[in-house]
Amino acid sequence: MDILVCIKRVPDIAGTVTLNAAGTDIDESGLGHTMSSHEECAIELAIQTAAATGGAVTVLTLGPAEAVEQLRAAVAVGAHDGILVESADPGAFGPEGIAQILGDVVRDRAEQGQSFDLVLTGSDAADTGDFQVGIRLAYDLGYPVLTNIQTLSPGGEAGGPEASVGSNDGGAAAARIEARGIGPSGTEIFALDLPAVVAVQEGGVDPRYPSITGRMKAKRAPIVEYDAPEPGAGNPRIRLELPPEKTRSVTILGDGPDAAPALVDVLEEIGVIRP
Amino acid sequence: MILVYVETDVSGQVQLTSAEALTFARTNAEVLTQLATSTPQLPDGGPATSRHVAEAPSGSSGRDDGVEVALVGELTEDAVGQLSRLGVSTIHHLEHPDLQSYSAAAWAQAILDIAPESGTVSASGTPRGMELMAHLAVRAGERMAANVVAVDDEGLLRQVHGGTAFERLRLDGDLQVLTVAGHACSPEEVTPTTPEIFDYELEIAEADLRTALVRTEVEATDDTSGLTQARAVVGAGRGVGSETGFGEVLELADHLGGALGVSRVVTGLGWRPHSEQVGQTGSRIAPDVYIACGISGAIQHMAGVDGAKTLIAINTDEEATMVQRADYAIIGDLHEVVGAVNEEIVRRRG
Ligand SMILES: Cc1cc2nc3c(=O)[nH]c(=O)nc-3n(C[C@H](O)[C@H](O)[C@H](O)COP(=O)(O)OP(=O)(O)OC[C@H]3O[C@@H](n4cnc5c(N)ncnc54)[C@H](O)[C@@H]3O)c2cc1C
Ligand SMILES: Nc1ncnc2c1ncn2[C@@H]1O[C@H](COP(=O)(O)O)[C@@H](O)[C@H]1O
Repeated sequence: MDILVCIKRVPDIAGTVTLNAAGTDIDESGLGHTMSSHEECAIELAIQTAAATGGAVTVLTLGPAEAVEQLRAAVAVGAHDGILVESADPGAFGPEGIAQILGDVVRDRAEQGQSFDLVLTGSDAADTGDFQVGIRLAYDLGYPVLTNIQTLSPGGEAGGPEASVGSNDGGAAAARIEARGIGPSGTEIFALDLPAVVAVQEGGVDPRYPSITGRMKAKRAPIVEYDAPEPGAGNPRIRLELPPEKTRSVTILGDGPDAAPALVDVLEEIGVIRP
Repeated sequence: MILVYVETDVSGQVQLTSAEALTFARTNAEVLTQLATSTPQLPDGGPATSRHVAEAPSGSSGRDDGVEVALVGELTEDAVGQLSRLGVSTIHHLEHPDLQSYSAAAWAQAILDIAPESGTVSASGTPRGMELMAHLAVRAGERMAANVVAVDDEGLLRQVHGGTAFERLRLDGDLQVLTVAGHACSPEEVTPTTPEIFDYELEIAEADLRTALVRTEVEATDDTSGLTQARAVVGAGRGVGSETGFGEVLELADHLGGALGVSRVVTGLGWRPHSEQVGQTGSRIAPDVYIACGISGAIQHMAGVDGAKTLIAINTDEEATMVQRADYAIIGDLHEVVGAVNEEIVRRRG
């Protein structure tokens, strides 16, 4: 089963956040970059699923030239190749535009002979948190979509007889997968016909760390490059704002176990234990 | 009209998050309506869907800024009572054999079928709410704003970067589709209304059932509602030290009739299940008190606990962000301190 994972380069925020001069985004100078932990889990799921079915994992991002770092990080843990859609101003795209571009790339890769049985995204990007690119991409491709999924297993007992159709490349990949996620009243199990889009939620698998050989491979990773088109409908953002500085001032109740009675006094005052 | 998708629990009670979303809709009704009607059309609005409304509600409240509810599945007496106390004018009850198993596409289409031509459709910012509003927005050819916290005549304000910043935006379309962030407001009851209830003969498209839920396994450990609804949460981070170090914090949570919440380091190390994780990629909580033990206070963790009324930190490091952000703190080893707190609670109970 050949799997595409969509990932997004985001600033790795640690301490306080400041805005850029125009107030349109956070000031990224001095910040490192990462991807959402949902996407790290999506990569891990893709690697496991591809290994189990004999397929390859490709990672795709729409971002600045530097986003190649995130593609290489994915190759270092086991993805096979990457696709970069380069944009000098990726923030100019809203979720509709991003999904449209990702969809165009999926179609173009299929024309080039690289087709995917399964497309994974995170449930939400760590920066914009739009909670919708995976769903929009699925509609754009005409694929079914599941969200908030934590684990996948190829084939799967659920949903009736296993379909016998092979994957696009004629390999032995299953045309159906079982997907599990946490719903409002327990673990939910879905059966999904491929090709499909699945938006992954952190918590089902532990992302692996890169090995030495993985890091070496990442340096030579094959990366296909595209140029992003002009943003169309654009981004509905007017500006960013920061929340007002919290003015809590801390009362230190004391050091070590001797301070315990003072804490219990506070808990009684709040009314969470009966006096 | 402002349509709010309302979630109920297994016993048919309205979820707390939906009560928040309803209160948000009611208290912001006027400005939401004004925004929805004053926005210019998208130049390229995308495909409009063909709707198959069975029976348009004839006797609908008629008020532009009335709050109406879409509810899928069983509508209990309790839910009607709760909705009336939340100021709901109309309940659109969507029930169909094909909607018994959850299918985002089919449920979203059913909600869209009864949605107004122009106005606002919203849900709470839960996984279900996010998923349904995203499907609905694509089907309606509209944008969607996730995790909205406030609205004024300039537009919507929503959480980004895990709650560390807000984005101000305007949705230019006929239908304003949004989800309301958890704890954006607290549920408020009003003089009960007598909601009109409409039942529909829905048509469900076969294609929309492609991803229907096959089955649910009920496992207590995966349930986050205990955590998100607890009045007291004891937080535990890397400072706990090992998988076997949770005795004191669990005992404290027990004394407070509360729940345990953990940092991502703790779930990442496999010490506790992910369902207990608090933060940007875990649960967001708003208890009366949050007692963070051995947690440094990374921004992604704070995103989940900002709603706590009182924040207490127990940490060996006085400089830790969690200590600086807390209302009260004890500097020291959490095992010793929490152990002593437990003893003190037991002693006072006599
Ligand atoms: C996109 C993204 C999403 C994320 N989402 C989340 C999320 O949802 N939730 C989350 O929690 N994190 C999340 N994180 C991770 C976050 O950045 C931090 O790494 C994490 O919260 C740190 O966990 P911690 O406080 O337990 O560990 P540490 O940062 O290592 O802190 C341990 C603390 O324990 C104290 N300590 C040590 N020993 C003791 C002792 N014996 N007694 C008392 N105190 C002691 C130390 O002084 C220190 O303050 C996310 C990160 C990213 C990039
Ligand atoms: N610029 C991008 N490039 C690649 N994938 C993206 C991009 N933006 C969003 N995604 C994917 O879509 C998911 C949901 O994003 P969002 O809807 O923006 O919260 C993310 O977790 C990514 O997997």
